[in-house]
Amino acid sequence: MDEAIQVDPLVDLGQHIAGALGAAVIAQEVAFGELTLTVARDSIISVATFLRDDAKCRFISFTDICGADYPERDERFEVVYHFMSPHLNHRIRVKLRADDVTPVPSITGVFRGADWFERETYDLFGVLFSGHQDLRRILTDYGFDGHPLRKDFPVSGFVQVRYDEERKRVVYEPVQLMQEYRDFDYLSPWEGTDYVLPGDEKAKQ
Amino acid sequence: MTVEANVRNFTINFGPVHPSAHGVLRLILELDGEIVERVDPHIGLLHRGTEKLIESKTYLQAVPYFDRLDYVAPMNQEHAFALAVEKLLGLEVPRRGQLIRVLYSEIGRLLAHLMNVTTQAMDVGALTPPVWGFEWREKLMIFYERASGARMHAAYFRPGGVHQDLPQSLIDDIDVFCDEFLKFVVDLDTLLTENRMFKQRNVDIGVVKLEDAWNWGFSGVMVRGSGAAWDLRKSQPYECYDEMEFDIPIGKNGDCYDRYLIRMEEMRQSTKIMKQCVAKLNAADGRGPVSSLDGKVVPPKRAEMKRSMEAMIHHFKLYTEGYKVPAGEVYACVEAPKGEFGVYLVSDGSNKPYRCKIRAPGFAHLSAMDFLCRGHMLADVSAILGSLDIVFGEVDR
Repeated sequence: MDEAIQVDPLVDLGQHIAGALGAAVIAQEVAFGELTLTVARDSIISVATFLRDDAKCRFISFTDICGADYPERDERFEVVYHFMSPHLNHRIRVKLRADDVTPVPSITGVFRGADWFERETYDLFGVLFSGHQDLRRILTDYGFDGHPLRKDFPVSGFVQVRYDEERKRVVYEPVQLMQEYRDFDYLSPWEGTDYVLPGDEKAKQ
Repeated sequence: MTVEANVRNFTINFGPVHPSAHGVLRLILELDGEIVERVDPHIGLLHRGTEKLIESKTYLQAVPYFDRLDYVAPMNQEHAFALAVEKLLGLEVPRRGQLIRVLYSEIGRLLAHLMNVTTQAMDVGALTPPVWGFEWREKLMIFYERASGARMHAAYFRPGGVHQDLPQSLIDDIDVFCDEFLKFVVDLDTLLTENRMFKQRNVDIGVVKLEDAWNWGFSGVMVRGSGAAWDLRKSQPYECYDEMEFDIPIGKNGDCYDRYLIRMEEMRQSTKIMKQCVAKLNAADGRGPVSSLDGKVVPPKRAEMKRSMEAMIHHFKLYTEGYKVPAGEVYACVEAPKGEFGVYLVSDGSNKPYRCKIRAPGFAHLSAMDFLCRGHMLADVSAILGSLDIVFGEVDR
């Protein structure tokens, strides 16, 4: 495959979209043969509508919405949308920044399939969507507390469940691990670690 | 003359342990008599936090989680992950590896379609098809076992290629299987396709217009049933699908029956692809390595480790630290039996994925349950559910 022929239409497409949407598009990038747009949070509905309806885009197929957590940023979450255009045979990725208090406009009015994907993003990350008809948790347990895919949520979680023979029902208890959770750090210490290696603190500087 | 009864809507629980719920699905159905007014699927009963777990595992350790998503066709899921990692690493899979991947992806498609077609028949009242179908699934699982050592949770497609080469006897047996399997498809066809009751339960049930199908995020058989000739194996070919000859069946009406017919035809087409793979594997240019020779990603063979110090070091490093994947983000997808199975992978340059979002086709399909079932009879719910081809491993993740 010739790289130049592969990539050019995407750059073109990105410029077309950025030109039409103006300030809504903050950045555009083509990497690994994929077009990524970063858009302003409040303009996502108009961006999605444009991508769906514009004659040169026609991203009519909704693919995915997901979140990603970057705790070190001031707006810690990224909401990532994927759309596909069967007409162009292209995919597009649209990203926006969000935090845990400011809601992101829901695109359920544009793509009905977005419904559950937004619920999932809310459930796992705690990103709020405004205008969503039914923003309930979806994957986690009834009455679950917390947002498990946030980086500060431990892999082991906080509660465990078991069936209690005496009370004849499922009971919730704080997690107790029979053995300490093993999270080995295999990164090579020779290539520089971002922590002090055990024993190194004894060495004179 | 009957007395005017006090009519009210009923709300019933369908599942979570209903035989035709295809796993742990809980549907809250609001019924007006026998007409479904509203469906509220409650999912997540099989949620295992796969995406969270993957974030704390190295890239190689993440592979087996994918078998446990759609456990009806495990290798197709691994494939999407392997493609995503390879895209970030810029790794090329050798031709024999590609052929084996295509061969086993199609075996996975047969596994999934056999399961779906026959259990859907069971959902609408036919008991024979699943018994027949599972016998053939068993044969396919033996092929899985002979290649990877596991009947289901194979961990066979790994970034860089496949884990081990296929023995020649296995390739020959698959060749023989393809011919016999076509006869079985004819039998299944006679049993179901013109069956009056099967048609009564499926024709004109769960009709989806193409426009809605795209809008709801449908993929795979769900859009083909509505008339789109869209198949990622053709439109965005990966591996060596572009050199395979096969047709894409499409439906006209977008109902459950069309989707059944498409699955039946896809089984024939898959067999055709498998035949071609076998022929290409046996040809001179089909010989060679099955996975990339890049020692920094693919672990060395055991025999090599006995002789080469470098191979030994690579082995040690790959099974402790793993390999580092350049920072970036990619979306890779495959035409899994159930639709577009995608992996959105974010790497921060370390040995573990920073974020791995699994885009399961079943999740999008099930989300449209309310849209599909509204106004149908209660009995149609299980027919529609059957034709959506839901597996909870991938819906709940």
